[in-house]
Amino acid sequence: MWVWFHKLGSPRHFYRISGRLLPWLTALAVGLLAVGLAWGLVFSPPDYQQGETVRIMYIHVPAAVMSMVVYAVMAAAGFVYLVWRIKLADLVAAASAPVGAWFTVLALVTGSLWGKPMWGTWWAWDARLTAELILLFLYLGYMALYNAIEDRRSAGRAAAVLALVGVVNLPIIHYSVEWWYTLHQGPTTRGMRIAGTVHPDMRYPLLTMMLAFGVYYAAVLLKRTRCLVLETERDSAWVRELVKTT
Amino acid sequence: MNQIPFGSLEEFLAMGGYAAYVWPVYIIALAVLVANLVIPFRTERRILRDIARRLRREQRGMQ
Repeated sequence: MWVWFHKLGSPRHFYRISGRLLPWLTALAVGLLAVGLAWGLVFSPPDYQQGETVRIMYIHVPAAVMSMVVYAVMAAAGFVYLVWRIKLADLVAAASAPVGAWFTVLALVTGSLWGKPMWGTWWAWDARLTAELILLFLYLGYMALYNAIEDRRSAGRAAAVLALVGVVNLPIIHYSVEWWYTLHQGPTTRGMRIAGTVHPDMRYPLLTMMLAFGVYYAAVLLKRTRCLVLETERDSAWVRELVKTT
Repeated sequence: MNQIPFGSLEEFLAMGGYAAYVWPVYIIALAVLVANLVIPFRTERRILRDIARRLRREQRGMQ
């Protein structure tokens, strides 16, 4: 187990394993996305209250969930880097930030496009909306801090501390709809389960999309981390060897 | 899967009167997802090319 853990922590080993996994992960992500899109957009029924705007949820909910999952991964990787000084963990954290920021943008924009016809407003300073906006600023702050510090190791450490402090925001987003009953409706997901209030005709396309977004993130994360591995290891013997043979 | 709830292509495109909200969501989402997947694939190829070029330069310098 520990040998395996150590091997995975080595950039060279990670590069080899991820190279083998990526084609499968990418194909799976694209396949799931295709099925989920068709299901959500064409084959699922309209909602009796929301009408066809319920289709926005097949993008909005997975994007919002992933915006938080990616943040959790980023903070956990940052923690591993701070405590055990595993370089690869720092790269995983750094690779997660832009994807997470894009998921957050998607959640905000799609929520806005749903809010206009359903609530009558593009934006409201509702607790959950505000907390999600703060999440976007946390991602942007993380990336700005990372790029502002010249030395890679101090940059990684400072950014990891920022990410860990920002974890406070995750339960706030999750429980905001229960703590302050303002505008956003109750929770769609509870832990790993989708609330029983969602009808099966909509639950399964939603689950498919959530799975698709998850696999998609895994693929993008691996690819982005590979790029960072190559950049930080460009002078090492194994990268030179690799470049020569390809 | 269920029956398709739309009677015609026009009905599908109209999205029950919410076309102006539903379609932008799907277009934006697809654009963001495709871009975020394609960009790192290109970046890795570019990095590998750069490293290869630098290696060739170094080897020429040594001769």
